[in-house]
Amino acid sequence: MFVATHNGPQFVCGQAPPVDGPMGQRGTYAIQCALQALWLRRNLGARSLADFASEATFDVKPCLLHGLESAPPISVSLSREDGLLYYKQMQTIRRMELKADQLYKQKVIRGFCHLYDGQEACGVGIENAIKPTDHLITAYRVHGIAYLRGVALKSILSELTGRQGGCAKGKGGSMHMYFKNFYGGNGIVGAQVPLGAGVAFALKYQGLDSLCVAMYGDGAANQGQIFEAFNMASLWSLPCLFVCENNQFGMGTAVERASANVDYYQRGDYIPGIKVDGMDVLCVREATKFAADFIRSGKGPMLMELETYRYHGHSMSDPGVSYRTREEIKEVRTKSDPISLLRDRLVGSGLSSVEELKEIDVKVRGEIEEASQFATSDPEPPLSDLTSHIYKTSLNSCIRGITPWQQLATA
Amino acid sequence: MAAPGVFGGLLRRLGGFGVRVRRSLHTSPAMSVQITRGLLKKYGEKRVIDTPITEMGFAGIATGAAMAGLRPICEFMTFNFSMQAIDQVVNSAAKALYMSAGTIHVPIVFRGPNGASAGVGAQHSQCFAAWYGHCPGLKVISPWNSIDCKGLLKAAIRDDDPVVFLENELMYGVPFDMPEEAQSPDFLLPIGKAHVERTGQHITVVAHSRIVGFCLEAAAALAKEGIECEVINLRSIRPLDMATVEQSVMKTNHLMTVEGGWPIFGVGAEICASVMEGPAFDYLDAPAMRVTGVDVPMPYARNLEELAGPQVKDIITAARRMVTGKEESRATA
Repeated sequence: MFVATHNGPQFVCGQAPPVDGPMGQRGTYAIQCALQALWLRRNLGARSLADFASEATFDVKPCLLHGLESAPPISVSLSREDGLLYYKQMQTIRRMELKADQLYKQKVIRGFCHLYDGQEACGVGIENAIKPTDHLITAYRVHGIAYLRGVALKSILSELTGRQGGCAKGKGGSMHMYFKNFYGGNGIVGAQVPLGAGVAFALKYQGLDSLCVAMYGDGAANQGQIFEAFNMASLWSLPCLFVCENNQFGMGTAVERASANVDYYQRGDYIPGIKVDGMDVLCVREATKFAADFIRSGKGPMLMELETYRYHGHSMSDPGVSYRTREEIKEVRTKSDPISLLRDRLVGSGLSSVEELKEIDVKVRGEIEEASQFATSDPEPPLSDLTSHIYKTSLNSCIRGITPWQQLATA
Repeated sequence: MAAPGVFGGLLRRLGGFGVRVRRSLHTSPAMSVQITRGLLKKYGEKRVIDTPITEMGFAGIATGAAMAGLRPICEFMTFNFSMQAIDQVVNSAAKALYMSAGTIHVPIVFRGPNGASAGVGAQHSQCFAAWYGHCPGLKVISPWNSIDCKGLLKAAIRDDDPVVFLENELMYGVPFDMPEEAQSPDFLLPIGKAHVERTGQHITVVAHSRIVGFCLEAAAALAKEGIECEVINLRSIRPLDMATVEQSVMKTNHLMTVEGGWPIFGVGAEICASVMEGPAFDYLDAPAMRVTGVDVPMPYARNLEELAGPQVKDIITAARRMVTGKEESRATA
């Protein structure tokens, strides 16, 4: 007989069962005891690290190459620690995006909301291949990337709900999240790519051993300004990794209907390119490492196309099934889900177990729930924030309001 | 070479790196490439960069570089071409500080010639003061003489916010006396403060850029008829120094704005509306009036081009009419 400790079930074996379950009192009681034993075995150190492998090797899909002689490795080693980290990161993004979906339907989030579920391996693979001292910029499908770059979950969710605890104090919204070495969060399709090349310019100018990852989607890939950025990045050998997240649809337009050339990794022409399985976090990580090494060695920019998929529509105002079938979405979920893929690898190789990963799931759900509670209870920004952050150095103390006699103080 | 004219003082010290457009190698005085002449030799390739003719791309690159810690100066060969890049100026540069609640700031200067030139036709003659002046998050400057250019460009470079600096191609070759003080390497002028170029008690004439010179010429002629103009050089479009304008109107009781740009939704429109809403309205003896370019695309033929923008005689006639009620002077009436 033993007593459950900390988060275990709230009853003690040997007592009369407290509930009348569907399998009769005895059956339910037996199940509950078994669960408790399992829980305790897990949490009281019955499990030791020796139960798990510390490292395993996996094969990844070979990348397609453009203008390159060498390629990233197709045999990749993963440590248990990294595996659990990537799993947690992807699951966190997944659950955060699903929570955002829920909050949007409750009308607590308004306006734009572009969700990243399905594409988690892209963000997680990139972030775990670059350094915190590298810089990154992306477009509006940004919540997951913001989290990976260091923005706290509650800061992301309360930015979505427009509260003062948001990472932009509620003034930016879904598409405008920023952090150190992270430039958003950009609403104008394609505009972030020259900005990213400019960040890379600054890094090179300052003599830093850093690169800038400039992300865009297949929808943006035909923008003229992207080719202008490619040209200058190549001319001036800027340390810029251009990343095209090809999720097959630019809003509601399939890639074949938008691009005369859908080989986005080749569209950089004179810029070497690489096409990567964006549903496999290890493939993304290795390809990013390969690209980062190339760029850091001073060879100039590179273009990386990540072939991926988004489960949601373009945004919350797009159901996402008028231009593709539910069967297609289901098929991707069943066969190529990035989190399932990693889970199967971790369990199959002994790096982790179903139970341990479920524990992580529970923990993640708890964290998201907590962040969501905060995001729905935090107050909206104060009225003074309407007129703050217009200028870093304000030249006037007041801003004209709605009417001539309404002079609003500005900071 | 000696560098009289608008940018004589600038060449001495440049705070950031300049991203400039090189359209051609010839040295016609009309080409704005003159402004950065000598800078490449003095500061080197790292700091003075020729870009391809891709405005949206290089304005975006300059803005990104500013976000990441540099202080770039981005030159548009003329502001007509800035329309190709205006998304980067407004949506990326101007709004970043607000959208990020202070996390990202953009200490960039976008500069180049603005407004009418000579014989360059419709696509190369537009004034963008009203367009950029419209946007919160930008500071917009429109200098007139060498002192303005020196003090305000330096202030713009040192400012931590995005600044649009609207020069004038026809002013580049015009020499001005530069007082000793203005030749100092740290000579700065305050952004957002107008300057009274000439005092007078009968009518307030407000202008910016090249037109300020026309107003002073008109003022000299009108003085002979006993009409004393107070000529205000705005220097900045955003913020607009309405306090200086209002103070003058409360003295003269007459307001006339003069600009080279189009009338509809222009700088003058803003000034007049503002005066209506402020303390100076009660002092007006006549409705405030705008003198502007004609509401047409700029024609090429010289005679039509002259008719398309305010000339000195137009300013004289308008001021005289406002003060005396007649367009002809009393001498000829």
